[in-house]
Amino acid sequence: MIYLDHSATTKPNKSVLETFVQANERYYANPASLHQMGVETNTLLSRAREQIAAIIKTEPEQIIFTSGGTESNNFAIKGLARANKHRGTKILISAIEHASVEESAKALEKEGYTVEKVQVNEYGVISIEDLKKKLTKDTVIVSIMHVNNEIGALQPISEIARIVHENSRAFFHMDAVQSFGKIPVHFAGEEGPDALTVSGHKINGLKGTGFLALRKQVNIETIIHGGGQEMGLRSGTVAVPQAVALAKAVRMAHETQPAHEEQFSQWRDDLHAFLQQFPYVRTLSSNKGAPHIVSCAVQGLRGEILVNAMQHEGFIISTSSACSSKDHSISHVVKAIEIDPSYEKGVIRISLGEGITEKDIQAFKTAFKKVMMQVKEF
Amino acid sequence: MKWHEILIRYGEITTKGKNRKLFINRLKENLRYTFADIPNMRIRSERDRMYLSSEVDTEMEEILNRLPYIFGIHSFSPVAECEPTVEAMKELAVEIVQGLDYEGKTFKVNAKRSFKNFPLDTYELQQTIGSHVLGTLPGMTVQMKKPDIELRVEVREKAVYMMVDVIAGAGGLPIGSNGKALLLLSGGIDSPVAAYYMMKRGVRIEAIHFFSPPFTSDQSLTKVKELCDKISRFGGNIRLHIIPFTETQQTIQNSVPENVTMTSTRRMMMKISDEVRKEIDAKALVTGENLGQVASQTLESLAAINDVTTTPILRPLITFDKLEIIDVAQKIGTYDISIRPYEDCCTVFTPANPKTKPRVEKMNYYESFTDFEEMIQRAVKNREIHSFPKTKSDDFSELL
Repeated sequence: MIYLDHSATTKPNKSVLETFVQANERYYANPASLHQMGVETNTLLSRAREQIAAIIKTEPEQIIFTSGGTESNNFAIKGLARANKHRGTKILISAIEHASVEESAKALEKEGYTVEKVQVNEYGVISIEDLKKKLTKDTVIVSIMHVNNEIGALQPISEIARIVHENSRAFFHMDAVQSFGKIPVHFAGEEGPDALTVSGHKINGLKGTGFLALRKQVNIETIIHGGGQEMGLRSGTVAVPQAVALAKAVRMAHETQPAHEEQFSQWRDDLHAFLQQFPYVRTLSSNKGAPHIVSCAVQGLRGEILVNAMQHEGFIISTSSACSSKDHSISHVVKAIEIDPSYEKGVIRISLGEGITEKDIQAFKTAFKKVMMQVKEF
Repeated sequence: MKWHEILIRYGEITTKGKNRKLFINRLKENLRYTFADIPNMRIRSERDRMYLSSEVDTEMEEILNRLPYIFGIHSFSPVAECEPTVEAMKELAVEIVQGLDYEGKTFKVNAKRSFKNFPLDTYELQQTIGSHVLGTLPGMTVQMKKPDIELRVEVREKAVYMMVDVIAGAGGLPIGSNGKALLLLSGGIDSPVAAYYMMKRGVRIEAIHFFSPPFTSDQSLTKVKELCDKISRFGGNIRLHIIPFTETQQTIQNSVPENVTMTSTRRMMMKISDEVRKEIDAKALVTGENLGQVASQTLESLAAINDVTTTPILRPLITFDKLEIIDVAQKIGTYDISIRPYEDCCTVFTPANPKTKPRVEKMNYYESFTDFEEMIQRAVKNREIHSFPKTKSDDFSELL
């Protein structure tokens, strides 16, 4: 089986697993404990935090370990909105956000916030005009994902940041779950986000790990109350082995990022050119998008059928996104980019990652052609 | 932007006469030590200036990040480099000025050509670059005499160098140029600030900390180590001497009246510190004491504490307000570490009503019934010594 579903999740790196086991064996004490073992564990936790902070370009105190992307997004949106209600009650998100952003924003509607969505074009890139129009003085948070998980759309982050910072007091949160390790991700002053989300299991780390990073000290309210761990922002005994494994996965992803970006971009362009040969296939991702996501739709077919047929040929791919793939409705991302309805149900995603070779890509092309012969050109 | 080199201007060193060279060499050595982890850095020193350079861009960035913390430097200027074409020069000039707070400032371009065959002469160069910058970045006016921003351009055959005078250094004197002193480091807010001021005057610091397990925790020890690591950023390494102090403290509790236990504790600390000082050949003791802050810091108290030694005890913070000290602690990054709420040896045995005006004769009398000497020697002998800064590759490197 050749695994081409890295945007759903990745296989943990062996050395990350080793770190996790060793940290569990040697540093299992509670980092908040007074004794020597606690102090040592706490020092290790600090090192992990410092390592991530240096890569993301912020201070160690501005890194909060969480259980992953969904929690980080919940925390950023609810935490920033609630602590800064005096700044305003409007929440601005893009029309193609991940469910964890969309649902968090929606949940806040009950607390008196209003949610508006910024429209996107056919490639899934947000309309700057629409952003400018909807960004008002009472906007408290703007949350726009760096790279879309379904179609790989890449947003003009520095332009968005500049507009948000120049025209409002809103915080700009960026979901970087799909972009970290694939393209450069770090804080960049006023020309970048104020908060960003990273998940461990998308970068060959462990499931259940992730962090929220803040650019500078801001008012943010916790969503998990208790013993006041993580600077009072995320209670619960800190999972030090997970944090350390995450720091390692982050370092490794950061180190391999330039090489991966170059290699994956080549394969992406190659696959786009290949897919565009079929008159009934429409690519939804583009050469200007993320390097590792190729998304296309086959006219008049259900994505599910393609996933099954490709699996039969030895390739693991997915329908638009893993989160929504079990329910049959059409994804909101596909709706938002307004493609011809005859394509809407036939969306599949090929996502690249660690361990894929040139041979795999060529074999994929052969298999895809064979499947098309079976299902479209019989 | 591509950096060619960094020009360093000396601070107070320039007022020195015959031993100027010693100060400059000291600074050079400190720089070499501080940047030991930067393999490609080169140092070139002249009578009035010093130049740092590296071919690796990321190394130059790192040097620029750390340079503001090194004592003995009045100011420094990164010198940028570009191709010797007018277009490249225009672009670089804008890039440099853009990075400054330029609006409403006066401005001038000062060009020099050591490559005389360059198609534009000095005057034309100044005008071309100047008008391009002014046209691209509005809000500045031209002024020839003492402008706020003076962009210096030097044209050579192979490259053009540009700089503006800007970044302030830490001032003071190079660490080590004024000998060595031993600092009593408690873990509170004051002592790291005292260290900072001593280092600023060129004094190399070693630190001594009194550790009373089980009354004080490992966490308080970690805190002190982190403080040492933080202040070692200002140049040079710091050694930390950790003194096992439990026995002495308990003996004091049992042998002198309760209201003077603190004075006695301080006196013993001074005696122990003085022994360590002799061993490491330091010339003075340094404390973060501050007049009137707590009971042990009245003039009477200081006199009673001072009485145990003839070694100079330097107290750089003696006249500071607490808020002034906090300001500096925040600036040098020690405040957040200092305020962590762990017991230290001074807070554990605090008497309810300490005497604010202890008398020297009485202190000598109270302490005369116990043989502290042997205990002091034992504490000195059994001390633990740690070195800072800790290298990045500590025990956890394989995990991370």
